[in-house]
Amino acid sequence: MIATPATELTGEFTTDGRRTGPVLMDLKNITLRFGGVVAIKDISFDIREGEIRAIIGPNGAGKSSMLNVISGFYVPQEGEIWFEGARRPPMKPYEVARLGLARTFQNIALFDGMSVLDNIMTGRLNRMKAPLWAQAIWWGRAEREEVENREQVEKIIDFLEIQNIRKTPVGRLPYGLKKRVELARALAAEPRILLLDEPMAGMNVEEKEDMCRFILDVNDEFGTTIALIEHDMGVVMDLSDRVVVMDYGRKIGDGTPDEVRANPEVISAYLGVSQE
Amino acid sequence: MQKTQAAHAGLQSIPALLARNASQFGTRTAYREKEFGIWQSWTWAQSAREIRELALGFLVLGLRPGDYVAIIGRNRPMHYWSMVAAQMCGAIPVPLYQDAVADEMAYVLGNCGARFVVCGDQEQVDKVLEVGTRAPAVEQIIYTDKRGMRKYDHSRMNALADVQAEGRAAEQRLGPELDRHIAALDYDATCVMLYTSGTTGKPKGVVLSNRNIIETARNSADFDHLSEREEALAYLPMAWVGDFIFSVGQAYSAAFTVSCPEGAHTMMTDLREIGPTYFFAPPRVFEGQLTSVMIRMEDAGRIKRGLFKHYMAVARRVGPQILEGKPVGILDRLSYALGNILIFGPLKNTLGYSRIRVGYTAGEAIGPEIFDFYRSLGINLKQLYGQTEASVFITQQPDGEVRSDTVGVPSPGVELKIAENGEVFYRSPGTFVEYFKNPDSTASTKDAEGWVATGDAGFFEEATGHLRIIDRAKDVGKMADGRMFAPKYVENKLKFYPNILEAVVFGAGRDFCTAFINIDLTAVGNWAERNNIAYASYQELAGHPQVYATIKDHVQAVNASIAEDPMLSGCQISRFLVLHKELDPDDGEMTRTRKVRRNIIADKYADLIAALYDGSENVFTETEVTYEDGRKGKIRATLHIEDTRLVSPTLHHVKAKGIAA
Repeated sequence: MIATPATELTGEFTTDGRRTGPVLMDLKNITLRFGGVVAIKDISFDIREGEIRAIIGPNGAGKSSMLNVISGFYVPQEGEIWFEGARRPPMKPYEVARLGLARTFQNIALFDGMSVLDNIMTGRLNRMKAPLWAQAIWWGRAEREEVENREQVEKIIDFLEIQNIRKTPVGRLPYGLKKRVELARALAAEPRILLLDEPMAGMNVEEKEDMCRFILDVNDEFGTTIALIEHDMGVVMDLSDRVVVMDYGRKIGDGTPDEVRANPEVISAYLGVSQE
Repeated sequence: MQKTQAAHAGLQSIPALLARNASQFGTRTAYREKEFGIWQSWTWAQSAREIRELALGFLVLGLRPGDYVAIIGRNRPMHYWSMVAAQMCGAIPVPLYQDAVADEMAYVLGNCGARFVVCGDQEQVDKVLEVGTRAPAVEQIIYTDKRGMRKYDHSRMNALADVQAEGRAAEQRLGPELDRHIAALDYDATCVMLYTSGTTGKPKGVVLSNRNIIETARNSADFDHLSEREEALAYLPMAWVGDFIFSVGQAYSAAFTVSCPEGAHTMMTDLREIGPTYFFAPPRVFEGQLTSVMIRMEDAGRIKRGLFKHYMAVARRVGPQILEGKPVGILDRLSYALGNILIFGPLKNTLGYSRIRVGYTAGEAIGPEIFDFYRSLGINLKQLYGQTEASVFITQQPDGEVRSDTVGVPSPGVELKIAENGEVFYRSPGTFVEYFKNPDSTASTKDAEGWVATGDAGFFEEATGHLRIIDRAKDVGKMADGRMFAPKYVENKLKFYPNILEAVVFGAGRDFCTAFINIDLTAVGNWAERNNIAYASYQELAGHPQVYATIKDHVQAVNASIAEDPMLSGCQISRFLVLHKELDPDDGEMTRTRKVRRNIIADKYADLIAALYDGSENVFTETEVTYEDGRKGKIRATLHIEDTRLVSPTLHHVKAKGIAA
């Protein structure tokens, strides 16, 4: 991640002059059912390398289900997921993680009793190859790996400006900082695609502004592709390159923030009809 | 002094001191910085190499002798090196306050005509770009932290690391030229230019020569026997003269180690890890630490609290005497030793003060309780009195003669005199050359014989020869009935209460004195939490009736203490209000070194002052505030005004004061 600055990406430019690359993930005709309930109905869209892709929609539109399909937690009954030009077979979540997907959760899922540093280190577990016994006595390869991983983690700590809470147990942190630590852990995995599930939920204005800046910086500095779900319309329109709009499990809009904003179906379903 | 100069011939500039340190102390650590969670260090030899490469890089970019190089960033070795590298090229470093907003920066950059600006990060670069045409001389912007800088127009912009790499490559080509520039530096060349924060009007550039810095640094290092084994932490603003003297002047003169914290938020952790032997902090740092210790003790278990209370009492009784080597009974010594194992030792370790040999505080008066607290723990905390124009040192306290109410004896090489009106004048090797492009101010501050007016009123204690400072000379005034009015004297007494962060006292030309109070959110917030008092904002807490009651108690206690001094008894506070916002440098209400700007506050809050004097009980006000990003907003509030009880002067309790107002 750190070795791949965005300048090395090829591909076309977005409207505001940022680069986006070729299609990284392509979701084709996804349908997901829970018994009789259809959560996602025949949805297709793609995620390009280096872009910030938002999925929005009212409550119950199927956004989180969509994210869970992408992360491999749900296996859709119909449709195909193509990743880096190859069809992705149904996988366990840990296998998807190894492919290069990392995510944060709507309800923070950190280890409360562990320090910030240790929590972020868990994000690099996939990269530790030394056997358990070697890790337990911190010997040979385990020691080398830990040093390398710690270095990467420290770069992320520096990037997200959380040096002062490095050794603080996560349980003692305020909500906004916990969210940032969760982002740090996801980044530690050096993901190809970073999935953010409502990164701004429950935050005050200042925390939101900080989080926005970090998301943009992550995308800009590391060239990380980001897919996010978000309620806050202002945030989505400012952050994203392209937006998918969902309503009752259907896709009702897809395009740049401006296009989506002008789409009459989106306005009536999500933004509400103006009361003039 | 002539002798010392001869003895140190050849060491007439900071680069010359660097060369000496690199050869004499080459393998000793010069700099440390915590980066990525690990302390990185550079020896004097390595630092000398890094600095030379930077200087060569500056030459490649076209830096010429006599140019001004502005440096804006947090304390980092790279920034200190940039200053010395600029000196090597014959240029003059001008460190700026990193929290200055673009407008303030525009004035300074325009005034000194800086051609090169070294910025710590993107935030500082943005501000310099915002200044734009208001500082037309700026040609090159150089930044340390590359983050977020990729998309900028790089035609006039470079990363410091790249500049250094180019310098490394240019050694063959430009090495001889650089050596010529270094050799041309002498004692009278300008070492650094520092802008005074200016409690009134625009900041002034104080030109300090190599003589000023090096003589002062050497004298003061000798005074406290500083050696190359000292450890110091550089965390105060680089634009402040104190940081330049401690982290550059004294560090190069005595060749000791300077460590830079990871960031402002990690300062306390880094302080603990480094454990400096030589430490400087303004009173508010010591106050803040004491407040947090006390708050944490409130939450501690009963046994711990009991031990703490017991042994702190022992420490208060005998700690200072033990520190000064005065005779103390054997039982007390044993008790103190036990306290040291159980309480003082661990506490000092937590605070990062285990190894302190010499600690200084200055800038503002420090509360006697706070001062005594640290001294009773066995920390050799002393006071000094100084200013930018003196290269810091005017007076300082020698070991064994330390008290909270004086600022000590004249520093080595400093002459002092007190004028008719009580104003303190000094003359020293550190006396500044001039104010930059401001001969009028220079002439009104420094006379032909080199005596400089401090602007402070004070007097010598006859018994000890120590100087005591009362107030700013121009602030000392008269009330309507001719009684003496010394606002700072009263404000300091108020500020010694942990609940009061700032106070501004009015009364010149009036019948009675009044005050604005700023509460300390940490202390009062904690008190509110423990007493189940709910509040939604600073404003609401500040206006809470119980907060008012507490502050009223403090004000009345201060009144009682002022009444003991017949000369100043007129300064008792009759009415006060608690301000709805914190006084803030961003709003121009304070200087960057956090001194209140009386006139600006008086103008801005004229409505509140009027209310204090017209007898009303409540006043509605609307105040403009500046947010950290420079945007402005308004806050509205209705403030309550509280009347207090005055104490009649106790004439039998006369204390001699050597000042005639």
